[in-house]
Amino acid sequence: MTSLLDKLGDMRSATSGTITLFVVVLFVSTTLASLSNLLLPEDSAFHVSTYTITLLGKYLCYAMLALAVDVIWGYCGILSLGHGAFFALGGYAMGMYLMRQIGDRGVYGNPELPDFMVFLNWDSLPWFWLGMDQFWFAMLMVLLVPGLLAFVFGWLAFRSRVTGVYLSIMTQALTYALMLAFFRNETGFGGNNGLTDFKDILGVSLTEDSTRVTLFMITAAMLALVFATSRYILDSRMGRVIIAVRDSEARARFLGYRTQDYKVWLFVYSALIAAMAGALYVPQVGIINPGEFSPINSIEIVVWVAIGGRGTLYGAVIGAILVSYAKTRFTALIPESWIFMLGALFVIVTIFLPKGLVGILQSRLPGSSGGGKGKANLGRVSS
Amino acid sequence: MKHLSITSVLVWIAMAFASVSQAQAQSQAGSDTSDLGPLLVRLVDASLSEAVELIPQLETQGGRGILPLFTAMFDNSLAVDPDSMTFYRLAEDNSARPVYPPADAGDSAELQLSAAEADELERIRVSNRLRVLLRDAIARIRLFEGDADERSIAAAELLSQLGEDTVLLLREALASEEDAEVREVLEVGIAMNVLVSDAPDEERLQVVPTLHGRLEAPVRNLLNSLLDPNGRNEQNPEVRAAIEEANAAIDTRIRFYGFIEELFYGLSLGSVLLLAAIGLAVTFGVMGVINMAHGEMLMLGAYTTYVVQLVMPGFITYSLWVAIPAAFLVSASVGILIQRYVIRYLHGRPLETLLATFGISLILQQTVRTIFSPLNRMVVSPEWMSGTIQINPVLAITNNRLFILIFSLIVFFALLMILRKTSLGLQVRAVSQNRNMAKAMGIRTDRVDALTFGLGSGIAGIAGVALSQLTNVGPNLGQSYIIDSFMVVVFGGVGNLFGTLVGAFSLGVSNKFLEPAVGAVLAKIITLVFIIVFIQFRPKGLFPQKGRAAE
Repeated sequence: MTSLLDKLGDMRSATSGTITLFVVVLFVSTTLASLSNLLLPEDSAFHVSTYTITLLGKYLCYAMLALAVDVIWGYCGILSLGHGAFFALGGYAMGMYLMRQIGDRGVYGNPELPDFMVFLNWDSLPWFWLGMDQFWFAMLMVLLVPGLLAFVFGWLAFRSRVTGVYLSIMTQALTYALMLAFFRNETGFGGNNGLTDFKDILGVSLTEDSTRVTLFMITAAMLALVFATSRYILDSRMGRVIIAVRDSEARARFLGYRTQDYKVWLFVYSALIAAMAGALYVPQVGIINPGEFSPINSIEIVVWVAIGGRGTLYGAVIGAILVSYAKTRFTALIPESWIFMLGALFVIVTIFLPKGLVGILQSRLPGSSGGGKGKANLGRVSS
Repeated sequence: MKHLSITSVLVWIAMAFASVSQAQAQSQAGSDTSDLGPLLVRLVDASLSEAVELIPQLETQGGRGILPLFTAMFDNSLAVDPDSMTFYRLAEDNSARPVYPPADAGDSAELQLSAAEADELERIRVSNRLRVLLRDAIARIRLFEGDADERSIAAAELLSQLGEDTVLLLREALASEEDAEVREVLEVGIAMNVLVSDAPDEERLQVVPTLHGRLEAPVRNLLNSLLDPNGRNEQNPEVRAAIEEANAAIDTRIRFYGFIEELFYGLSLGSVLLLAAIGLAVTFGVMGVINMAHGEMLMLGAYTTYVVQLVMPGFITYSLWVAIPAAFLVSASVGILIQRYVIRYLHGRPLETLLATFGISLILQQTVRTIFSPLNRMVVSPEWMSGTIQINPVLAITNNRLFILIFSLIVFFALLMILRKTSLGLQVRAVSQNRNMAKAMGIRTDRVDALTFGLGSGIAGIAGVALSQLTNVGPNLGQSYIIDSFMVVVFGGVGNLFGTLVGAFSLGVSNKFLEPAVGAVLAKIITLVFIIVFIQFRPKGLFPQKGRAAE
């Protein structure tokens, strides 16, 4: 008994160590990149172009998204194939705010209506666009809409004990249905083209280098915050129950825990992270369209996590950044090859690398086998 | 060009003399078609006004045999080869179908002429006056000399062009007509005429019941116009009431057939869903393996059809019969490969299986995209698959949908028989119920797994052949069906083939009935949301498995 407690204590100090390490690495690299973009002249060898900053910002958003999936998949065994939906919903809420900021600078010069509504001959804003010109309200919606959807979906699903593959397919159907809905012009979100042509955010132009760097810094800070919060939650008493649910839900239920409640709240938490990632993604990338809802996007997120190594949080972050980087490189080199690579990655990782890249590292490093094994291993907890 | 036509004119004149003397010799031989020779020769040379006189003579002497020639002439596509005096229907693309003299056996073969050959044919010109004559002549010939179906169609066509002369024709035909169905149509035409005539109201009132519930468009138009204040606006209240009643009966029948049509389209969509889901019902339902590459098995089947048609371009009619077994083999072998080299190693880890097979689906899609280009490929429908069955004026059923509906049921019951009656089926069920026990009884579970997976994939391949007849064949073909297929299987109840059947058809029908109200996309969304909610309340689907096998 005491040895178990000791072990838990070890884990706790080890995890606070990883948080510090993670935050330091993230902070140092972002600051360096930002400073070299703003301060160094463009011809300097160490200058980081704004394009790269934006790209890095995009990767960090993806990393946040991967973290969201890792929280529920790696720690609670819920494989969501629809997390792209929460990401996209957050993105759309942000996009709507940015759209309203365009004002009369659109092609049609209508101060009230976004271009696509003028194009569709609408004469007034639909009710769900009201208030979106206020930043605070839009940010509230970024969290509220995906959070509510996740709550309703999770509450229905987990209460009736839909688990495993069924749940995965349900989540996929959810994002698929949303994709179909958002592709329609009549739904009121710009249809096929989505929302784009953004001009500024909070009165600052989006094309400015300083804005880009600020957004990038904010993304990094949010990622660090989310990482720390997730660590904290998963190391708390609630986190223990969540891991217990992953390893044997029936046993946890028999011990008296209302497992469905834990799952619902974790699912909502995860959806909120995804939504924030989406909201940060849109101003940096400059467009949001229904393609973000497509099931394949959600599945790509799962691949990031699987490749990085699930159940470690930092593995998901590493996986997201590495795979996204590889995607950028390979699509630039041979556009067709990426899909082959992605497909092969799925197969190879699931068969040969069930613990992902982090799993390889952990097995190489002898010291960290104790605490890490229990978390990365999805099998039974040995007692 | 010019001198050619002059020489040909000379030839005709010579021929005309020859055939005139011949015709005189044979003039008493009755309705022998060779009688027409001189008339036809005159037709070739006739001016438009002369032709006007020739048409009635041709009609009385030619009978049914002259019909193809008349219709070709009416369509302004009649041409003649002056040397052989063979008449052709010459289409825009220079394909020519002989219309006279009548071909010896069966369908006259279509010839593909070069532009030069087509130029040598002499086109027969028609004027509007001629076309009116021709139209009536065609109608008369078909009305009096066709078989019952033809007579009925001819009578129905006359309804839209009622005039004094056509009504006379109808009355004349009615006098000699014996077929009840044709008589009905003829009577409808006469009644329509009486209704708009100056006849006394009593007489007009009497004919209204004849029009009760008739579905022909002219009848509906006439009745609507009679009720319309801006149209003919019937004054007599009694007649008006009768017309309203007849009109209401028509509306009821149209609504009924509209319902039947929607039902048919719903069943058709259901059959597509069934075909897409049925292979999945084996791999997912019976074996419990999540195969996200299932949609790509459909796609492979569809592409096999395409390749088969490329290989045997001259035999499109039979290509499907080759494509079905070929698609089964292609998809089944790909399925077995996937099972042997990937899925086997992931046994008991459903989420990992899902991811790995998703990767495979990406690879297969991209492979097809690389080989065949990302564009959609055209798969030709054989002739027996195209066309429609016109059940009545407002209800038509397309052949391909009907065939696919039947085909899906055949595939379903064949699969059911395989699982229930064959030793493989027995082994599959044994392994799915209790793998270890089956192994202990000497069943080679590895082999059974591979074969079952092959069976499920092969059936998906066959489904792909059918889908290629309905939708575009492209690399994304499978992707669009994978979610639907899972929905059907989950909705129907995993491991229950009949559940899949009921699930597919009920989703198909409900989707089609929602469509007119809310639009296609929204109907699909509503269906998806419905299933998502449904699964929350009945997680095991419509027909859950019972007993030990359920765990």
